[in-house]
Amino acid sequence: MHMEEQHHCPQESRRSFLKQSTALAALATASPLLVKAAENEEKINAYFEKLPLQLEINGQLQNLMVEPRVTLLDLLREQLGLTGTKKGCDHGQCGCCTVHVDGKRINSCLSLAVMNQGKKITTIEGLANGEQLHPMQEAFMKHDGFQCGYCTPGQIMSAIGCIREGHASSAEDIREYMSGNICRCGAYPNIVDAIMEVKQGGQKL
Amino acid sequence: MINFEYVKANSAKAASEARIKNGASQFIAGGTNLVDLMKKGITAPERLIDINALPLKEISLTAKGLSIGALVPNSVAADHETVKTKYPLLAMALNAGASAQLRNMATVGGNIMQRTRCSYFYDTTMPCNKRNPGTGCSAVEGYNRMHAIFGASEQCIAVHPSDMCVALAALNATVQVSGTKGTRKIPFADFHRLPGDTPQLDNNLQVGELITAVSIPTNTFNKAYYLKVRDRLSYAFALVSVAVALDVKDGMIRSAAMAMGGVAHKPWRLFEVEKLVSGKPISKELFTEAAAMAMTGAKTYTHNQYKIKLGKAAIIEALTKATS
Ligand SMILES: Cc1cc2nc3c(=O)[nH]c(=O)nc-3n(C[C@H](O)[C@H](O)[C@H](O)COP(=O)(O)OP(=O)(O)OC[C@H]3O[C@@H](n4cnc5c(N)ncnc54)[C@H](O)[C@@H]3O)c2cc1C
Ligand code: SF4
Ligand code: FES
Ligand code: FES
Repeated sequence: MHMEEQHHCPQESRRSFLKQSTALAALATASPLLVKAAENEEKINAYFEKLPLQLEINGQLQNLMVEPRVTLLDLLREQLGLTGTKKGCDHGQCGCCTVHVDGKRINSCLSLAVMNQGKKITTIEGLANGEQLHPMQEAFMKHDGFQCGYCTPGQIMSAIGCIREGHASSAEDIREYMSGNICRCGAYPNIVDAIMEVKQGGQKL
Repeated sequence: MINFEYVKANSAKAASEARIKNGASQFIAGGTNLVDLMKKGITAPERLIDINALPLKEISLTAKGLSIGALVPNSVAADHETVKTKYPLLAMALNAGASAQLRNMATVGGNIMQRTRCSYFYDTTMPCNKRNPGTGCSAVEGYNRMHAIFGASEQCIAVHPSDMCVALAALNATVQVSGTKGTRKIPFADFHRLPGDTPQLDNNLQVGELITAVSIPTNTFNKAYYLKVRDRLSYAFALVSVAVALDVKDGMIRSAAMAMGGVAHKPWRLFEVEKLVSGKPISKELFTEAAAMAMTGAKTYTHNQYKIKLGKAAIIEALTKATS
């Protein structure tokens, strides 16, 4: 708008037409939601308001401020630098983003961070005990349960969930209950072997 | 994702009131469908009403049957001892859906309310009457391999994607609903709609109404099978699925409950087929006859003709598996 007014325009009517049409075009392209919001300054503030959020991530209490639209996955990766959890599809279709919430495996890409108030989150970074790797991490290394490694954090988090839930009684069972984790490199047979070994080891996970 | 306001409801009534007060608001439970749709810009609620604090997480068995709270995660329902032993069809259908992670998040209420997986519904550059009423249906003339063969209209040929709902339809479940004016019960068969001229409406729930539970009556079925046919063995939506529950004694089917998924805008109950097989001895011929009857009246489109043959085979297989 501002730029246009600086243009030299001899015909007043043309100028106002231009002004009007750009305004209309802006209205047409902006989402109706934003247009509605723009009508009311207060509402805009509400839209972009960050909410306080308290979480325990890998044993550490975190007091954060987050926009409601931020997913748990983006919070972990972008705001907390915990990039071990991967973003594959961002739509619940690959399992790369698997983390534990209160001990249960979930897809962090489909979970709004603010909906996890007060919960305990465990990511791949929280598994090892100092230099001591988690038994599932050891097993994945021993069995070559990966090639490129991109799906691996999600596979490992999911594998632990699979055993905890009691769904790792056979190779067939494991394949079914691990189907939410896609591996583009096709490391599946070795992943199943790794899980079988940990399961047979009988440790509490 | 377009930003939104986020509020938490502390009672069912408050949730319904908040939903009515702001017409552009939506409930959120597990978020596995809604967050996905919001990311794709298919829906853009101004406000999300988080219902997870509501006390709707109980599974209870009474003399009349089983009641499952709307916020019970799909995995909890599937692994519940009573569900596994008394309603194995439901456990099987639940386990056939999505993945272990998603089932940990997805709730029973959200599963019932999940929207279609029609690829044009998901593609915001394409006309779609369900997403944008009056724009047309891209699937009728488009790639309609996944689409309906029963009960569709020229306005929409999408299918309901849920597995759990196919079992609930067969088992005569009832959806318990609460709103600002009180509670009501909706028989499962009347919950979801056929598309007709208003495909934007998936079901008969009124704005502001909240699902609080589903109840399943006690039954005498002693055989059950949920067969799901899909493009890969796991973690894919059904092309066709069949839910079968039978009461069998001495090789005789005393009563039957059957429904199909992947064939219509709602779980497709097979009332006629149930009548046909009830009171008859188990036989290959009976199952073949049942399959033919189930597919009577199917209307196919360019790419989903295969569903008739597949549907028949799936019914024979499901009945065979249930009785063997
Ligand atoms: C990759 C992928 C694969 C999948 N595969 C399958 C599959 O094979 N089979 C299958 O059946 N499903 C499948 N699903 C779908 C999944 O089952 C649903 O997304 C899930 O059940 C929705 O539940 P939710 O609690 O997460 O719902 P939400 O996403 O929270 O909500 C979904 C809708 O329901 C409404 N809602 C939620 N709870 C209530 C309530 N109590 N009362 C009224 N309205 C409510 C919300 O407002 C929203 O409109 C898949 C999903 C994904 C992402
Ligand atoms: S079938 Fe229904 S959901 Fe799919 S494009 Fe047509 S109107 Fe939209
Ligand atoms: S990134 Fe979450 S499932 Fe793919
Ligand atoms: S190791 Fe490469 S995707 Fe699984």
